[in-house]
Parts: sequence; C-alpha cells; structure tokens
Amino acid sequence: MSEIRNNLRYTSTHEWIRVDEDGLVTVGISDFAQSALGDVVFVELPEIDGEVDAEQDVAVVESVKAASDIYAPVAGVIAEINESVAEDPSLLNADPYGEGWIFKLRVDSLESFDDLLGADEYQEHCQAEDQDH
Amino acid sequence: MKTPLHDIHVQLKAQMVEFAGWQMPMRYGSTIDEHHAVRNHAGMFDVSHMLPVDITGTESTKFLQHVLATDVRTLAEDGHALYSVILNENGGIIDDLIVYRLANEQYRIILNAGAATADLDWINQQLRSTHFEVKINPRRDLNILAVQGPEAIKFAEQVLNISLQTVRRFSATKFSGIFIARTGYTGEDGIEILCTDEVLLKLWEQFHCKGVVPCGLGARDTLRLEAGMNLYGQDMDTTTTPFESGIAWVIKDLAAERDFVGKTALLSQQRNGIPTKLTGIVLEGAVMRSGYEVSTSVGKGIVTSGTFSPTLRYSIALARIPRAAKGECEVTIRSKSKMGRIVRPPFVREGERVHR
Repeated sequence: MSEIRNNLRYTSTHEWIRVDEDGLVTVGISDFAQSALGDVVFVELPEIDGEVDAEQDVAVVESVKAASDIYAPVAGVIAEINESVAEDPSLLNADPYGEGWIFKLRVDSLESFDDLLGADEYQEHCQAEDQDH
Repeated sequence: MKTPLHDIHVQLKAQMVEFAGWQMPMRYGSTIDEHHAVRNHAGMFDVSHMLPVDITGTESTKFLQHVLATDVRTLAEDGHALYSVILNENGGIIDDLIVYRLANEQYRIILNAGAATADLDWINQQLRSTHFEVKINPRRDLNILAVQGPEAIKFAEQVLNISLQTVRRFSATKFSGIFIARTGYTGEDGIEILCTDEVLLKLWEQFHCKGVVPCGLGARDTLRLEAGMNLYGQDMDTTTTPFESGIAWVIKDLAAERDFVGKTALLSQQRNGIPTKLTGIVLEGAVMRSGYEVSTSVGKGIVTSGTFSPTLRYSIALARIPRAAKGECEVTIRSKSKMGRIVRPPFVREGERVHR
C-alpha cells in the first residue's frame, strides 16, 4: 500500500497540499500517483506569478507510458516552482512528499481548503480506484 | 484471458493491464530498470498471448507464397525464419509475423494477439478460395517466453543445458520437444521459447533464479521502439502498405513471376507514387506520443508511436509524414510547437545510439 501522510490534504486527482509556516501552499503528487504513473521522465512546470483557478491544469508530469495533467487544488498565484524536478524528474518517484514537490501557491484565503480530502478520505478514494482495476 | 504465468505476475506485484483481451504485465517495478536489464544483461517476457499457427500439407509452400508478401522459398533450410506481412487486396497490412520453416512443407507463423482472429479468418478464406492442400493448426497449447539481452544466450544454454552456438540469429531449432527461436522484439540477441504450460512455469522459475529480470509490456515497447520496430495496429494497419510503413524491404520480388495477395496494389502504388513514409523523429524537452501532429516543410503528418528512450534519455518516435520530408520538423505537444528532427530508425543498436 502506498504511503498517505496524515498532515497533508489531497485531491481526487492525486495532488497533495501542505500549508507551510510562511503561508505558502506546496503542491505535489501523492505516493499512490507516482506509483501508478511509473518512472517519471519529464516535468513541465508552471510559470512563476501566473494566476490559476482551482482545478485548472497548471503542470504536466510525463511518465514513460503517458502524460498526466497536474491541477491547482485551490485558486492562487504561482509563487515558486521546483526546478530540481525539471532537472531530475525521478525525484517525484523517489521522494514524492519531499524533494519531489512541484510548485507553491500564494493564496488569499484558506477557506476553500475545506473542500479538499483529508488523509482518511483520500485513502478510501485510492482503495476505490484500486478496486476498479 | 490469462496466460499460465498470470498468478506469478500477480505475486511479483506486476501492474496488470488488458491487452487484446489478455491480462498482461505492464511492469513489475520500474519500466526503465527493466529496459536497462535487457540492454545490459538479460530480461524475460511472457508473450504467451501471441498465437503460433502451424501450416502443413503438401502445398504449404505454394499457399504461403500466395498469402505472404515475402517468398518463403528463400527459407533454404529447416529452422530458417523470415519477417513478413499478410496483405489484403489493397496492399494494406493485415498483420506482420515471423515465419519459420519447420521441415519440408511444414511452417510455423506467429501472429500478433490483437490481429490473430482476423488473421485466421483471412487465412481460412484464402484457403477456401485457392483449394491448396494445406492444414491450418492454431497452437493455443503453446506459450511463448522471450529471453532477451546480451547475456540471454548464456543463461538459456545453462537453463536448457544445450549449446545454442549453431543456432544463428533469425533461425530456430527443436530441443526435447521445445521450439527455440533466436528471434525477438528488443533489438538485442536472445531467444523465444515455445512450450507447454508446465515447461513454461518451470523455465520461468529457472531463469528467474539465474537473475534474468521479469519485464513487462512497457519495457517491450521502449525496447522495440529504440530498435525501430513497428507495432502492428499502431504504426501500421490494414490502411497502410509496407511502402508507407518503413518495411519496403519485406517486398523483395515485385518484378518476379510469383503472384501474391496485394501485389497488384503494390505495383500500382509504386507506379503512381507513394505519398507518405514511416520514419523516425527525435526531440528533446518533451515526450512525443501516438497521435501528435507533425509539421514538416512539405506538409503535415502524425506520430504513430512515441516514448521516452531510456537509453538515449530523450524522446523518440515513429511518424508517418510526407515522403519528401527531411531535416527539422515541429511536433505539436499540448498545443505548443516543439522542434524535432527527422532521422532514420533504428535509434539504438546494441545499447548505442545509431541514428544521426
């Protein structure tokens, strides 16, 4: 079973979300997602300062097999991008919750966070997807 | 459908996918690791979904000369093999295959899983209309284990306890009832073993103990694409001729007397001009996929197979583009235009870059 961290929020499209101490919101893909994708070979990062809506596709992760869109979990402005994953895409496989983060958002409010999945809800979501296979 | 190794694949935690109605392993762990295992050491593939068909009878040669685009009379000795295609009347490709000469008037062809039913319908239809003295025997009782890589022959000799030194590339032999062909779909040396369920399970276990790495369809795809080999149904189908599919070399004797299904259409296409070609594209900074649009200085085309090459570490693709196209091209990737270069496949041979 893939690792699901309790201190993170998740989306049904398998992004994880963390609110950092500086108020920025870090986004990556879950362990479940990286495991399902397989070897990540290319990451297309968003542009810094770009304004994004919730559920807007903002980045692309390519595995050997397929390209997958990465969606903004909440509305905001792209504050930082992780250049390291562009140089070494395998970081998404090796450390999805750490060095494999993709971008950080600056958000106006944390209100829409209530719509995101908690760890337990996300676990149920992954189990349901597993059973579909 | 399931191969006899299905439970073993599941035990090995393979990601299973459906392919042509079969539950097949896509990858056991990392596709890239499996790919490198085959390029540098040895890997094995369960390809039991493919269908061997025996063609026997006093007029087998005549029948195959009619059905296949390549003349089977060029198979000078028992055990020799050649790559060919079955064409329809329009010169379109019904399937590609390897045909082995087992003995005088005895042949074995191996059909793609996705095309096997249509192939058999077509072959039987051809038999009814030609009345040759031939028996068609699909061998669902036979499985196929492909062991591929620079160390494949060494391991196969140890496991099977035979010498394969006399079995040349692209030929086959029989050993204790097991059919062993020095063929494959990876661009590496190796063998394909045709055997019963019991033997398959035993061989898999023995090769696994030797350290031969189980490989899935994912690695099979990156390996064949690096080697510049077509995938039937993706790079070619019933609407494309061998001339438009990068395999004009299978058509060796259009001027000769032998008639075969599709010959008239091929001659006509040769006279009237062949509009497209299937060739290679290399591109850095993104990954090409099947269906992406290609723009060249002489018109548009389409990517038929694309991937990330684990050996070269950039994207490689086969694409059907205007015949005169060369040099640089643009590939549309997620509404953005990326610069690629038209090159002649193969991309990799024996682990080294060979395209220019």
